[in-house]
Amino acid sequence: MHPILGTIIQRLLLGLVTLFFVSLIIFSSVEFLPGDFTQAILGQAATEDTVAAFRAELGLDKPAYIRYFDWIGAVAQGDLGYSFSGRSASGVDRSRAVVDLVAPRLGNTLFLAGMAAIVSVPLALVLGITAALYRNSFYDRSVNAVTLTTISFPEFFLAYLLILFFASLWPVFPSLANVNAETELIDRIYKCILPALTLTLVIVAHMMRMTRAAIINLLASPYIEMSQLKGLSKAKVIMRHALPNAWAPIATVIAFNLAYLVVGVVVVEVVFVYPGIGQLMVDAVTTRDIPVVQACALIFATTYILLNLTADIIGIVTNPRLLHPR
Amino acid sequence: MTDTPQAYSAAAEIGQIRERRTWIQIAKIELKKAPYSAWFGLIVIAIYLFVAIFAPLLAPHGEAEIFPASFAPWGGDFVFGTDQIGRDIFSRLIYGARNTIGIALATTLLSFAIGGSLGLIAAISGGWLDQLLSRFVDVLMAIPGLIFALMLLTIFGSSILSLIMIIAVLDSTRVFRLTRSVSVSVVVMDYVEAAKLRGEKLGWIMRREILPNIMPPLIAEFGLRFSFVFLTIAALSFLGLGIQPPTADWGSMVRDNASMIQFAKYDLTAALTPMIPAGAIALLTVAVNFVVDWFLHITSGLNDEH
Repeated sequence: MHPILGTIIQRLLLGLVTLFFVSLIIFSSVEFLPGDFTQAILGQAATEDTVAAFRAELGLDKPAYIRYFDWIGAVAQGDLGYSFSGRSASGVDRSRAVVDLVAPRLGNTLFLAGMAAIVSVPLALVLGITAALYRNSFYDRSVNAVTLTTISFPEFFLAYLLILFFASLWPVFPSLANVNAETELIDRIYKCILPALTLTLVIVAHMMRMTRAAIINLLASPYIEMSQLKGLSKAKVIMRHALPNAWAPIATVIAFNLAYLVVGVVVVEVVFVYPGIGQLMVDAVTTRDIPVVQACALIFATTYILLNLTADIIGIVTNPRLLHPR
Repeated sequence: MTDTPQAYSAAAEIGQIRERRTWIQIAKIELKKAPYSAWFGLIVIAIYLFVAIFAPLLAPHGEAEIFPASFAPWGGDFVFGTDQIGRDIFSRLIYGARNTIGIALATTLLSFAIGGSLGLIAAISGGWLDQLLSRFVDVLMAIPGLIFALMLLTIFGSSILSLIMIIAVLDSTRVFRLTRSVSVSVVVMDYVEAAKLRGEKLGWIMRREILPNIMPPLIAEFGLRFSFVFLTIAALSFLGLGIQPPTADWGSMVRDNASMIQFAKYDLTAALTPMIPAGAIALLTVAVNFVVDWFLHITSGLNDEH
C-alpha cells in the first residue's frame, strides 16, 4: 500500500475516535444537571405524572450508556431531539424539533462564514506572501503593525467600530443583518457586509501573520539559498522550490483560521442580530435549553474537527517527501 | 570610589566580582534598552493595576449606585453620563477594571496551577500517565473553547466562581501542552537524574530542578494566556453569560449601552459611551501583547524572525 494512503487512513480513524470522545463529552453534559431540572423546566405546578412522562421521554429511567447509544444513533439519522422550551406543567407539549430550529440557521451561518472566507483567504495569502518576500520593508512593517492591533481587539469592538462609522456616522450599510428565507441573494450580501467585514478583519490578521511566518521559515532553509545561488529567477525559486513545501503550512493556516471563524461567528452574530446558529446557541444557553445547546455544540465541534482533519490530510498529500517514497 | 588610596583592597575587588546581579538590577538594565512599545505596554498595565487596586478611592460614585437620571449626557456630575438605569458610567468603568482584571488574573493563575503541575507530572513520570493525560487534553482541545465554555455554563449556571473554574480548566489544556513540551527536554538532564537517585520526591524535583529551567517560556505564556482569558471573559460577559449584574464589568457594559451607537449623528459622545469599555479591553490586550513580545525577545535572545 502506498504510504500516503496508510497515513491518511490512520488520520481519518484518529479523527473518528476524537469525534466519538467529543460526542461522549457533549452527551454527558446532561448528566451533570441537578436532579430537579425536569421540574425547573416544567414549572412548579407540574404534576407527578407530567414529570414522570418527561423523564421517560428523556430516557432518564434507562442507564446512561443505553441513552448514549440511543442519542448518537438518532443524531446519525438526523434526529436531534426536541427542545426544552414550549413545555408546560399541564403536560401540553408545544416543543419544536431541534432539527427544525437548527437547519435554517445553520445555512445562514455557513453563508456568512463562507462570505468572510472567500474574501479573507486570498487576501491573507497575498498579504502574507508579499510581506514575507519584502521582509523588513516599510510595507511589511505597516501590515504587521496593523494586524497586531486588530488581533488584540475583541470581535465586538471591531464590530461596533464598523457600525459606528459605516452604519451610524455615514449610513451606507445596515447595522442589523436581519435576513430570512425569502431574502434575495443580492440583498442578503448587502445586509451581511458589515458582519462579514468584521470576521474578515479578524481572520485576515491571524492568517496573514501565520502565512508570513511559514514562508519566512521556509525561505531561510539552505535549499532555497542554494537555488538562488545557482542563479534561478525569483519567480522560479518561489514556484518550483518554495511553494511545494509551503502548501502544508499554508493549508494548516487556512484550516486553523476557518476553524477560528466558527468561534468568532458567535459574537458577531449576536452583535448584528444575525439569525445564525451562534445566536441560537447563546439564546439556548440563557434559557438552559440543553438539547439545542448539545446540537449546536456538536455541530461546531464537528466542523472544527473536520477542518483540522482536512488540513492534516492536505499537509500529507502535498508533502513532497511522502509523494516519492524510497 | 573614595579618594583615600588605603581604601583599595584586592580581596574586596574579587569579592565584588563574585557578587551576582540581583533580579532588580537586571530588570533595570533591560528596561533601559526596552523599545517604546514595551514601555507603552508597561505604563498602560501599571495604570490599569493602579485603577483596579484603588477603585473605591478613585470612583466618584458607587459601583451599583442608581441615580434618577438614566442615559444622562456626558459632563457635569457624571463624566461619561449614566447608563440605562442611571448608574454612573465612569465609576462603573473604574470598578470594572477591578472586577474584569481580577477575575481574568485569578482564572489564569488557576489554569497555570492545574495545567502547569499536570504538565510537569506528565513529563517527569512519562509512560501511561503521560499518554493518558496527553490524549485527554487532545480531546478537550478538539472542541472550540468558547463553545465548550457555553455548554458548561448551561449546566453550571453563570456565577463568577463557575466562570473562573470553567475557563481555567479549558485554558489549562494549552498550559499543559506547553509545560509538557518544554520540560520533556529538561527531565532527561543529568542533574534531574541525580536528584532522583539521591531520593528526592516528585514535588521537590518539580519545584527545584525543573521549574527554574522552564520559567521564561512559561512567563511569556502567562501574558498570552492572560490576554486570551481576558478576551474570552469579555466575550462571554458581552453575550450576557459571563459576569452578572450588578457587578460592573466591561463586556456587559458594552452590551448594555450598545444601542446608543445609532445616535452618533446627533450626539457623538453618546455613541462613544459603549466604545469606552470596549476600547479599555482592547488597550489592555494590546499592552500585554507588546510586553510579552519584548519579554520573548530578551529571554529567547533571538531576532525578529523567530
